[in-house]
Amino acid sequence: MPESVVHREPVHRDRDVARESRRIERVLIGVAIFILALFFFAPLAAVFYEAFRKGVPAFWKAIADDDTLSAIRLTLLVAAIAVPINTIFGVAAAWAIARFDFPLKSFLVTLIDLPFSVSPVVAGLSYVVLFGSRGYFGPWFAAHDIPVVFALPGIALATTFVTFPFVARELIPLMQQQGVDDEEAALTLGASPWRMFLTVTLPNIKWGLLYGVLLCNARAMGEFGAVAVVSGRIRGVTNTLPLHVEVLYGGFDLAGAFAVASLLAILALVTLVIKTALEWRHAEELAVKRRH
Amino acid sequence: MNISRRLSAVLLAGTVALSASTAAFAQTTLLNVSYDPTRELYKTINEAFAADWKAKTGQAITIRASHGGSGGQARAVIDGLKADVVTLALAPDIDAIAKQTNKIPADWQKRLPNNSSPYLSTIVLLVKKGNPKSIKDWDDLVKPGVGVVTPNPKTSGGARWNYLAAWGFALQKFNGDEAKTLDFMRALFKNAPVLDTGARGSTLTFAQRGIGDVLIAWENEAFLAFEEFGHDKFEIVVPSLSVLAEPPVTLVDGNADANGARKVAEAYLQYLYTPAAQKIIAKNYYRPLDPAAADPADVKRFPTLKLLKIDADFGGWPATHAKHFVDGGTFDKIYTPGK
Repeated sequence: MPESVVHREPVHRDRDVARESRRIERVLIGVAIFILALFFFAPLAAVFYEAFRKGVPAFWKAIADDDTLSAIRLTLLVAAIAVPINTIFGVAAAWAIARFDFPLKSFLVTLIDLPFSVSPVVAGLSYVVLFGSRGYFGPWFAAHDIPVVFALPGIALATTFVTFPFVARELIPLMQQQGVDDEEAALTLGASPWRMFLTVTLPNIKWGLLYGVLLCNARAMGEFGAVAVVSGRIRGVTNTLPLHVEVLYGGFDLAGAFAVASLLAILALVTLVIKTALEWRHAEELAVKRRH
Repeated sequence: MNISRRLSAVLLAGTVALSASTAAFAQTTLLNVSYDPTRELYKTINEAFAADWKAKTGQAITIRASHGGSGGQARAVIDGLKADVVTLALAPDIDAIAKQTNKIPADWQKRLPNNSSPYLSTIVLLVKKGNPKSIKDWDDLVKPGVGVVTPNPKTSGGARWNYLAAWGFALQKFNGDEAKTLDFMRALFKNAPVLDTGARGSTLTFAQRGIGDVLIAWENEAFLAFEEFGHDKFEIVVPSLSVLAEPPVTLVDGNADANGARKVAEAYLQYLYTPAAQKIIAKNYYRPLDPAAADPADVKRFPTLKLLKIDADFGGWPATHAKHFVDGGTFDKIYTPGK
């Protein structure tokens, strides 16, 4: 008889444990959702609520304002400069690192991460020190009548710096994992290196590349710190969207500030949707980068 | 091929847009680099001047504005921000540009009437409606448990006027005893947990975020917050003694000449002294030089109080700046961040 008692008890305990763990699971999920709602969903909802609080006409008036339109144009232009540069650089760097061995390789990998570890304000200030009119190269540019800081080139430079790692960081692990077999096969079959790149390498990395470009673009349009330092905040000329939000907020124009902020929020949501779609449809190819 | 062609098209478009925008910028625009609370004032002034200039010369002109803490704005002009005119919170900030860039002559302050200050202001206190901490004068700011909001004198021009107003009051209260005055200032800044970089930042900290019990502010900024946020939320407390703030303006000769805008820039600054501009100035809560030109109802809003003058009572800006605001000055002695 003692046997049966001994035998029964663990079964009971197993059920208890199962029930207990299910309860813990539910509590944990509940806490996670609550925190997400509190810290992510609520601010996002507040942005849209404030943006439309004074009605749709007020919203459109803020968006159609000359200074806002100029900020939108500048932001798109800066992204159109920074994203292609970083895409080309990112593919080249990832290729070099994944395919070849060379001295200082690990140093280069570390260097690519530098913009992630340095504060954007420091990045902006360093450009002022380099290209400001009392900086190292500033006088030369001034003498040749090329504006750098407090103009588009400076803003594009700072943005490019800050968004430097996104594409390379996505591609390096992906290309390392894929290996060189496909490419070597193409070369053996007589393809030129350029043709090999376009018909073998690029199709292999396209989803990872798109993912990196997407993140790079989101950050390029949303960057505040580095751009704030080099912008000079001339309304209608060197104010990007994030800077314009601050200008409107400082001008007691809460509705306007949130209307413009909602544009950035929409950008974030669109990025999120595309990102999720990419992850969902191309999970396998993208899986590598999750380890990073 | 396809990709590289597309990329070069994008880059080309960028370059074209860049050169187009700089070309347009060089011909018809004037850049006014100003301090924080003048946003609303210059918005109106710029429109009025552009219309006036168009009527007189037939030339259309775009006036651009950049606003921020006065010290930071001066820094940006020194680093190459191409301001045609600067309209800052106090003379030492313009002196710094003159000294470090040679774009402004050293005697710039003599070029326009009233030491190149076309409008005046003073420093007052803004408290919550009903004045729950019963703040009546500078004394009340050093009492334990009173939260004081003021910007950082290192970056904000308004903050330096705030500092001098409190200093002047304490020095008078203690009959010129500087040690006691320093203690007074130390107690005041002990009550100030946040120092924003500019006056507008402090206004938002106090009025929007509801931090602190009293905001030390430009009179114009206090009036503006009073109007923006509603008379039922705040009230203005006029202290027994304050400073006469003289925010100066000047032409940045080096930039205006390079921009080919000297003539219009000079006209812009002179316009500030005209009756039309003086009227706008009073309407925006700045004290006009010429009250006769302003709307009497606007002038009536300004309270009469005893005002210390920077030249007569503090010995002028260079000496005042050296005593209080340089590294190791009185402000560094009385203020330790985070304490």
